[in-house]
Amino acid sequence: MGKKAVIEGSMAIAIAVKQARPHVISAYPITPQTHIMEFLADFVANGELKTEYLRVDSEFSAASVAQGAVAAGSRAYTASASQGLLLMTEVLYNVAGMRLPMVLTGVNRSVGTPVNIQPDHQDTVLFRDTGMIQLYVEDAQEAYDAHVQAFRIAEDRDVLLPVLVCVDGWTISHTFEPVEVEEQEKIDAFLPPYKPLYHLDPKKPYTFGSISIDKDLMEFRYLHEEAIQGAKAKIEAIAREFEKTFGRYYGGLTQSYKTEDADIVFVAMGSIIGTLKEAVDELRAQGKKVGVLKVRSYRPFPVEEIRAALANAKVACVIDRAISIGFGAGPLTIDTQAALYGPNAPQVLPFYAGLGGKDVELKHVAEMVAKAEKAAAGEAVSAEPEYVNINWNLVS
Amino acid sequence: MITAELFAIAAFADGKYSQAFPYFGGERRGAPVQAFVRIDDRPIRLRSKIYNPDYVILQDPSLIGIVDVLQGLGEDGMILVNSELLPEEIGLDTKARVVTFPATKIALETLGVPITNTAIMGAFSALTGEITIDALKPAIEEKFTGELGEKNLLAATTAYERVRASL
Repeated sequence: MGKKAVIEGSMAIAIAVKQARPHVISAYPITPQTHIMEFLADFVANGELKTEYLRVDSEFSAASVAQGAVAAGSRAYTASASQGLLLMTEVLYNVAGMRLPMVLTGVNRSVGTPVNIQPDHQDTVLFRDTGMIQLYVEDAQEAYDAHVQAFRIAEDRDVLLPVLVCVDGWTISHTFEPVEVEEQEKIDAFLPPYKPLYHLDPKKPYTFGSISIDKDLMEFRYLHEEAIQGAKAKIEAIAREFEKTFGRYYGGLTQSYKTEDADIVFVAMGSIIGTLKEAVDELRAQGKKVGVLKVRSYRPFPVEEIRAALANAKVACVIDRAISIGFGAGPLTIDTQAALYGPNAPQVLPFYAGLGGKDVELKHVAEMVAKAEKAAAGEAVSAEPEYVNINWNLVS
Repeated sequence: MITAELFAIAAFADGKYSQAFPYFGGERRGAPVQAFVRIDDRPIRLRSKIYNPDYVILQDPSLIGIVDVLQGLGEDGMILVNSELLPEEIGLDTKARVVTFPATKIALETLGVPITNTAIMGAFSALTGEITIDALKPAIEEKFTGELGEKNLLAATTAYERVRASL
């Protein structure tokens, strides 16, 4: 049996990373990621974790050090948030293209300007097209579980891709709640040491990231896409193996909550899922057929799972915690609409919620459902995205 | 935030589910901060801030008049204020129960520094029973080691006993 205690979300992540026994950790501080790296530094200082813990001079270096470490055949970890993640971007495209199974945490925080330290998904959805796997978690327990799974997914011989675990800043990273931490031996059995297929070795030289001109660049992209599509089955299988071993399942690519008979289904990612589940139970007590589809894997995007979960729904309320400025909808809405496109698709109602930490209360969920009910009843409602809980006085 | 964290740990030790989180805008030491705690018999999924608290704990009474410390507090609620004044002397106009407790004084007596987290928790435990004094002990021991832990435990139990004696 694991040990259940009330701990901070950042601590849950730090323990998971410690238990994964990384050879290398590269650290550069940025709020609200910093606690994870401080806790890991404590584990190194008190002897609980033997690793090469490197304090570097920027996020660019943090990503580069981890990249080099994985290329050299070791298990490596780093983390960042917001502008720090953005500074890693150039490196992370290379990490993904070189098919290096790095695990990193994106502690979600809005992106400047304006400067904001609170959570939304603007920083991590930016990585949509890098070819990294992206998992979004709903609470501290799932943050712990997903980090253990992330190393398995990344290092799977059929996958070999970096995994970005996205954790809402503050709402998860700085919240204290009950978390079950598993025994080290069980984690060791679930996550054996990393055995690289290829690694940098002077005795057996390989080139990582060589030049690839028109004769084979497209072919590399083909293989990359094939690998991340293939990762879909692995993400699900590893989540199920985790369930078998530890008794918890937070979903594979998605998780459905009371969607089977639902007329109205929310589609969302991250910590807002908890509030939505709570709201769904309240609304169901009032006789409203509402459900939640958690998108756990944003890349690879669960096209088939979304279609299946929404097959009988009349309205899909898609909640974006990021905005694609200039399109008129958020990234999750755009992707969901594309996945659903066809004659039998439910009507999609887009909502922006929680941008820059804007609070989402149960009453706001009820308001969204009220709009969706009108649409479900055949009434004409605007398909323009709605800004939930916006202060109109500030924009008029 | 330390108070909220310790409450969450203590509530869990009492066999309940709990959740504690700060509200951070861009704080620095000395600026007003808010932290929230939920305690329930079932797992807590709701992530919004708390707008209608059952209880408010005000650690710094100088915020009265600057911040609406009574916001959302219902008539059945209670506000516990760290103050040596009587409840009617602190300028709170509310139908909710107002309780004052000299947590800074207790903290200075027991810890030697004006840090009121554990003293106010002892008082809250005695007033409400929402968390037991027995559960505060492991929470404090988890957060503070050695002499600091002993002193904080003394702050909590001293506060607890003084309130109990006054009830």
